[in-house]
Amino acid sequence: MRDYFLKFWEGLFTILIGMKVTFRHIFVPAVTIQYPSVKPQLPERERNRLYVNMDDCIGCDQCSRACPVSCIDIETVKSIPGEDLGKTSNGKKKALWVTKFDIDFAKCCYCELCVPPCPTDCIYMTDVYEFSEFERDSLLYDFVTLTQEEKEIKKKNFEEFQVKKEAEKAAAAKKAAEEKAAAQKEKPEIKHDKPTDDKKEID
Amino acid sequence: MALKTEEMVLNMGPQHPSTHGVLRLELKLDGEIISDVIPHIGYLHRCFEKHSEAMTYPQIIPYTDRMDYLASMYNEFGYALAMERLMGIEVPERVEYIRVIMGELQRIASHLVALGTYGADIGAFTPFLFCFRDRERILHLFEITCGARLLYNYIWIGGVSHDLHPDFIRLTKEFIKDFKPNLKELNDLLSYNAIFIERTANVGVLPVDTAINYGVTGPNLRASGMKWDLRKDDPYSVYNKFDYEIPVGSGEKGKTGDCWDRYFIRVREMEESLKIIEQAIDQIPDGDVSSAIPKRIKPPEGQIYTRVENPRGELGYFIMSNGSLNPARVKVRAPSFVTMQVFPDLCKGWMVADVVAILGSIDIVLGEIDR
Amino acid sequence: MIYDWLYNLTGSPILSMFVVSLLPLFAFILPFALFAVLAERKVSAHMQDRLGPMRVGYHGILQTIADIIKLIQKEDLVPTAVDKKLFNFAPLLVFAGSYAAFAAIPFSSIFIGSQIQLGIIYIVAVTGLVVAGILMAGWASNNKYSLLGAMRSAAQIISYEIPTLLIILTIIMITGTLSLYTLSELQTSFFWNWMIFGGPAEGLQKFLYLPLMLVGCLVIYISTLAEVNRTPFDIPEAESELVSGYHTEYSGMKFAMFFLAEYANMFAVSAIVAIIFFGGYQSPFGYLGNTLGLDWLVPIEQFFWFTAKGLFFVFVQMWLRWTLPRFRVDQLMAFCWKYLIPISFVILLLAGLISLI
Repeated sequence: MRDYFLKFWEGLFTILIGMKVTFRHIFVPAVTIQYPSVKPQLPERERNRLYVNMDDCIGCDQCSRACPVSCIDIETVKSIPGEDLGKTSNGKKKALWVTKFDIDFAKCCYCELCVPPCPTDCIYMTDVYEFSEFERDSLLYDFVTLTQEEKEIKKKNFEEFQVKKEAEKAAAAKKAAEEKAAAQKEKPEIKHDKPTDDKKEID
Repeated sequence: MALKTEEMVLNMGPQHPSTHGVLRLELKLDGEIISDVIPHIGYLHRCFEKHSEAMTYPQIIPYTDRMDYLASMYNEFGYALAMERLMGIEVPERVEYIRVIMGELQRIASHLVALGTYGADIGAFTPFLFCFRDRERILHLFEITCGARLLYNYIWIGGVSHDLHPDFIRLTKEFIKDFKPNLKELNDLLSYNAIFIERTANVGVLPVDTAINYGVTGPNLRASGMKWDLRKDDPYSVYNKFDYEIPVGSGEKGKTGDCWDRYFIRVREMEESLKIIEQAIDQIPDGDVSSAIPKRIKPPEGQIYTRVENPRGELGYFIMSNGSLNPARVKVRAPSFVTMQVFPDLCKGWMVADVVAILGSIDIVLGEIDR
Repeated sequence: MIYDWLYNLTGSPILSMFVVSLLPLFAFILPFALFAVLAERKVSAHMQDRLGPMRVGYHGILQTIADIIKLIQKEDLVPTAVDKKLFNFAPLLVFAGSYAAFAAIPFSSIFIGSQIQLGIIYIVAVTGLVVAGILMAGWASNNKYSLLGAMRSAAQIISYEIPTLLIILTIIMITGTLSLYTLSELQTSFFWNWMIFGGPAEGLQKFLYLPLMLVGCLVIYISTLAEVNRTPFDIPEAESELVSGYHTEYSGMKFAMFFLAEYANMFAVSAIVAIIFFGGYQSPFGYLGNTLGLDWLVPIEQFFWFTAKGLFFVFVQMWLRWTLPRFRVDQLMAFCWKYLIPISFVILLLAGLISLI
């Protein structure tokens, strides 16, 4: 019998305590902000959309290799000797033309693993978080500053340079072989029982 | 003449406000009483373990975050600890202290979600918002340190990615000062409320031997009366330097091991975590946090199993390395997966409305169960 | 009263009848429902440290209008396998049951819908129509879970009508009248004549009644809370097991009718508690109109006091909703049958004995 009344009283009492807490909270100012008109102040280490400063990029591919979801796609073209691509902001000399630097933000998981390996600190995370698009393809960001013609020119230059180098190499090798053949002709070779030696000059 | 009754099958489908994630529960009912519960999992399987075999060791860390997404720091902590033991790396003491502080803050945040959503399932909507308001402060602390609020990629193999922000210690002290009265408020509003006690006391009792037989660990085991906590029984990092208690369920409002015990033990664990954080902030030494991070992580051949105390139980990592840059096998022993096994046993004989109460009290995260 | 006034004014019984029957509805209930929906959201928001609707109108004042426009323009889905006649009729019955109760509630000494002598019994009877409406809604939805939810709701409402009726019976026994108008008139002059402080009795009787009245007020407040399906008794509404109970299958305007009927019901039961225990439309201390000698001011003041008391009790109902968790169904029934009904019987008995003094 006593338990019966105790239970009733206890129930009532705890409910009243709970009601007091809620009532007190009516007068506490709100902890929320009215979002689109008031935006929160983001801290400095905030990890949102990536940004690449192409002037500093040396095309080393470290960020692409560090990315766990393979969202960075880099293609480079070697520069021909004599071309000056300039220096990065911390003094490194650039040697590669970067022809493709795509970051697919639909895949990026915002983990920041690409930022520490960069030797010139050209890739970093900004605090931009309102970049939604209607089409998924619009989230493929292209950071390269060269135009399409410039890229073609660089590629063509490099290919020509390659071809030229190959030709020079071939010419040099041929010349060396001819010289060697000429040197061999002067020295009288008595032994002729090894006809297979002649095959070396053919290529 | 006996009445012919049929068993009715009720489906609490994958999308449901009260199951914590995508979980399908098939309830076999006899009238109102449950005769069997069959959980169907796998809706959130993302092939973490197989996928890790294709990635390098540092790249796995963002993926470990996403398993138990409410306690990401601990997932990273376990993994980093396992790798460091495998490679024999000794981390600076400051790093250890930072990891403990982050881990305990994460424990408080995870318990706040558990308690808030449990209250919301039972019908009290206000404590949910109060818990989340406090959790926002913790997430802000994480945000100023590493830039992210939920999935951090902060604890790396051999150290941490950024040192503590200059304002971190001051803000943490303010948070602790503001949180203690909020805990008391939560107790007034929810824990000792007569209706809440009616709903949760004596419901879904988990006896200690059943829990041990199934392998349940963490707050669920401690609520059943067994004092077992990896931070004290198998210490890792610098946990043995702090003075804190391990709360154990005692059947205060019903039987030992009922839902109220499992709920209240999380409240007491939050208090203990506050103690640890206070002591860690006082004792933290200076130092460099990135001095021990190796350039290339190529562990020697071998295998290791390490366990840490997740907010949900014992989180174990088994890593087998074959000497190359990618692991040969990564296996995770997720505590929620093991706890889910005991769930059908807990529900037998109770009513359908109790299923929601019991499911909320064991605090599972589907990301961890399915990986 | 107001009927006589209008009859004198217009001379036509039909027109005055028409205006009198529509007056509580349009002049009071609809604006109240508009206000209450917004008030619930704002009150709950402030209790949870946030702000609630802020965009529509200044600080969200026009939010309910936006909600109503949204509900009106929604497609009225009627699933094929339902029982069409019952399905379409159920919301109307629930709506009618809630709104018909306002006919007998005295808003002030001249503003009463009808001077019915059976006042309070009429109200209790008419709110019983809601049960039929809910059962119809649950059955016609052709949905296992709606049916379960509806049956539980029906069981809840019927069980909790018993303590309500017992306390009302106590009051009737003490005051000897069934009409709400007479009940309000009995509690005139200062607030210590209100029933909760013992009523218009004298001396010892009044002191003896006091504890009974306090407990009785609590009992009737709790049981009427259960009648309108508010937390902590909102099993039919909230995630009752799995889905949203008996009004799952309804969309658009029919859902709006259930919704508005709930808020009207909330006010109706708060009004009943206010009238029975807290003096109805009487002010706690004299009337400004009387002191200034302006007779026509008095009914307006009474209307103001009545609305204030009703709104206060509605606020307490909202306050309880956002503080307390929900009962389980069997605990709800146990609470009614094992606690409230015995206590109400004891109060009835004791009040009867005291009234003989």
